Amino acid sequence: MELHQLTIHELQKLIRSQGIASSDIVKSVFSRIDAVEGNVHAYITLMKEYAFAEAAKADKDVKEGILKPLTGIPIALKDILCTKGFLTTCGSHILHNYVPPYDATVVQKLREAGAVFTGKTNMDEFAMGSSTETSYFGITRNPWDLERIPGGSSGGSAAAVAADECIASIGSDTGGSIRQPAALCGVVGMKPTYGRVSRFGLIAFASSLDQIGPFTKDVEDCAIMMNAIAGYDPRESTSVPLNVPDYTEFISRGIGGWKVGIPKEYFIEGIHPDIEKAMQRAITTVEGLGATCVEISLPHTEYCLAVYYIIAPAEASSNLARYDGVKYGFRPQGSIDLLDMYKKTRSAGFGAEVKRRIMIGTYALSSGYYDAYYKKASQVRALIKRDFTEAFTLCDAILTPTSPTPAFKIGEKMDDPLQMYLSDIFTISTNLAGIPGISVPCGFTKDGLPIGAQFLAGHFEEGKLIQIASAFEKYANIEKRRPAL
Amino acid sequence: MPYEPVIGLEVHAQLLTETKIFCSCSTQFGAEPNSHTCPVCMGMPGVLPVLNRKVVEYTMKMALATHCRINEACNFARKNYFYPDLPKGYQISQYAQPLSEHGYVDIELDGGKKRIGITRIHMEEDAGKLLHDEHLPSSYVDLNRTGVPLIEIVSEPDMRSTDEAVAYLKRLHEILVYLEICDGNMEEGSFRCDANVSLRPRGEMMFGTRTELKNMNSFRNVQRALDYEIKRQQYILESGQDVIQETRLWDDSKGETQSMRGKEEAHDYRYFPDPDLVPIVIDNAWTEEMKKSLPELPLEKRERFIRDYQIPPYDAGVLTSSRALAGYFEEVARLSGKPKIASNWVMGDVLRFLNEEKRDIKECPVLPGSLAEMIQLIEDGTISGKMAKDIIVEMYRTGKSPQAVIEEKGMIQITDEGTLEKTVAEVIAANPTQLAQYRGGKEKLFGYFVGQVMKATQGKANPQLINELLKEMLAKE
Ligand SMILES: [Zn+2]
Repeated sequence: MELHQLTIHELQKLIRSQGIASSDIVKSVFSRIDAVEGNVHAYITLMKEYAFAEAAKADKDVKEGILKPLTGIPIALKDILCTKGFLTTCGSHILHNYVPPYDATVVQKLREAGAVFTGKTNMDEFAMGSSTETSYFGITRNPWDLERIPGGSSGGSAAAVAADECIASIGSDTGGSIRQPAALCGVVGMKPTYGRVSRFGLIAFASSLDQIGPFTKDVEDCAIMMNAIAGYDPRESTSVPLNVPDYTEFISRGIGGWKVGIPKEYFIEGIHPDIEKAMQRAITTVEGLGATCVEISLPHTEYCLAVYYIIAPAEASSNLARYDGVKYGFRPQGSIDLLDMYKKTRSAGFGAEVKRRIMIGTYALSSGYYDAYYKKASQVRALIKRDFTEAFTLCDAILTPTSPTPAFKIGEKMDDPLQMYLSDIFTISTNLAGIPGISVPCGFTKDGLPIGAQFLAGHFEEGKLIQIASAFEKYANIEKRRPAL
Repeated sequence: MPYEPVIGLEVHAQLLTETKIFCSCSTQFGAEPNSHTCPVCMGMPGVLPVLNRKVVEYTMKMALATHCRINEACNFARKNYFYPDLPKGYQISQYAQPLSEHGYVDIELDGGKKRIGITRIHMEEDAGKLLHDEHLPSSYVDLNRTGVPLIEIVSEPDMRSTDEAVAYLKRLHEILVYLEICDGNMEEGSFRCDANVSLRPRGEMMFGTRTELKNMNSFRNVQRALDYEIKRQQYILESGQDVIQETRLWDDSKGETQSMRGKEEAHDYRYFPDPDLVPIVIDNAWTEEMKKSLPELPLEKRERFIRDYQIPPYDAGVLTSSRALAGYFEEVARLSGKPKIASNWVMGDVLRFLNEEKRDIKECPVLPGSLAEMIQLIEDGTISGKMAKDIIVEMYRTGKSPQAVIEEKGMIQITDEGTLEKTVAEVIAANPTQLAQYRGGKEKLFGYFVGQVMKATQGKANPQLINELLKEMLAKE
């Protein structure tokens, strides 16, 4: 085994007991990047020099006996997180040259935990997409099949972990942008409860839905990453001042006696047959662990996509107003007046999908339409949230497929936004309700593409997700495979 | 046809918090451009607002002082529009759920009191400033003011004349300054006013088409702009045309309002609740705490002064025009035990000196204790009122106590009967002709003798004692 193939907890042991240096790990990761990045293109910006300098510092710390939870571990950041002094583009032309003057809270927390950043990963422009094809900086390829997309919008972060181009990574999830690419790339991805991880320094797409979470190679690493990034932040008003448990304590607790809800609305026509079969096996595994699977109903499921595609674009239309060419980022030359500058900046600075959503959102908030769209959507959102509250009185966790299909071909859905939006059909409701969700590998299709299973729990019950996902991971007997890169 | 103006006012008052509404930058006016900024108020990607609690409390104070209902829950909304002085592309304001609603203030006019309704008072953030280079085709943006907290006070269309509008504005201004939540500086823009004006035939219930007036940065300009606009609309209506609903700018130099058409398109602000901020819940305990922290308001104070100190309404009005002045007066009144006399000295000499030098009462060199001491010295006869007029000039000039001034200038009043008796006798002896005339019944000459004694004592003699001695000695023999 090469060092870049290992998990955080495996590397921690090596650093602690066998004198493996962070510099060796970083070296291994960058040699892997050199070998496969040309094919995968997981990164927008690599921070090689910085990573080696930080690794040297970590090695010095270790020698002095200073061991933090992530000391010396190479971690990649989605290019939506502000990094002081390092390019942060959000996958957009309009921020192609933007260098933030501050660190996002999560970046700061990871630094404090001893992490070494490898670079900034590729993503759909402003996180709007499910395939990482809308990035201004080119597409990312799925390490399992280079002809296919890695999912999105955090496709770069998922692919980087799957291709061993980092040990773990950070993504953001507004409607499935962590869980869907995790499923499509065969890694673990968690979207925490809204308010659990600070959004300060996360470039906003849809403020009431956005949440930061980790991509890891296994569930234990997910717990370690959550320990590092979760917690109240006085700089964020929607961050919740609740104590954060030690998530690693939920590993191997078992789920004997649990009730696991299977929402009937999620087993619909159009699910890929191999995914359907994998889900049947997942149910058997969960029952084999001593839990009972019960059918539940989330009656407002059919409205999730519609509600999401009102609320998310509405918030985005306002969040993206600041990219006006005045203060930072892209501004074309030769404007004749202010209005002309605005028009030229935003026409050339944003890609088609971003513009489509800004227009949808602007329309939904317009006077005369607000009540029919945004207000109505907010009301239905409350009903969707209630569906989950009621469901969790009947079960401890919910099991669903993460995505209705495995990774699709590059370009396959680019001309059909509605088909693309359907990729997130099983993940969107989680964001609307604000609850946490995790995607864990649960097998492969006949063609060898990874499949993900999604577990959901009530607000601030990430511990339960770690508990069920780690038990599932251990007993599901999923074949250990590595992408053939 | 006689027309009646209908006026409603929107006031923006800058709050005197030390830091901005959603970040910890300073709110100080006049700093180097963009020196009071941070990623939050500059609208950098990824930043989030955190509400300054003081802003809520100051707004609650104004709401309570104007009899508004404070809503148990309110929230912030985004007002979306593009302008280079607005770095986020939206202003965080309050829309559907403001902090407070349904209040009023009473104004005093020649014809008595009138109640003006307040529709709502809400919190919002200020925008930045554009600086234009006259020689270059470019503009600069200064974001120091971005995020400075404002409250917007919206009145009902209850005013029926320019005088009423100005009286209402002055009342709001006075309350804000009294509460010490706004410095009230109109030129620096801490207190701004927009007006909605329409005309309707007297007796008509329906409102006419209104125009919105902006850019009036003094009470006088508000008066002039409203007067002008009322005349303009009257002319239009009388000539059978229609008033166009529009925004008009007051041009101070030309003395007229001008249409802003073409400069500002009709906006659809696409308000929606700001998802980055949580609803503000205000419980009874918080409201009670704020109620307790309210100072006595100008109107109450005025009435108390008239009642307790027995001073005329006009004087009470002057003395309560600022909290500091009222405090100064009350201190002098308390220490001297003579409120009426205290009021005369404060209203007369002290304010005259200050006004001549355009100084504030807070900078007055004559401390309340000194003025009270001087009043007591007059009362116990140590100095005469006439001497006091000179002494207070010195006190103001040097900041010294009356005792110190008196000692330096040797201004102690002669109250020793023996000394004065001698002088009176000398004066009588030196004026035999006047003495004879006085004794012959020309009693008016008494004043002449008083003057002569004063002259002989260089004004230091106690007038009462002079009177007594003269009466006694002139009647003798
Ligand atoms: Zn600031």
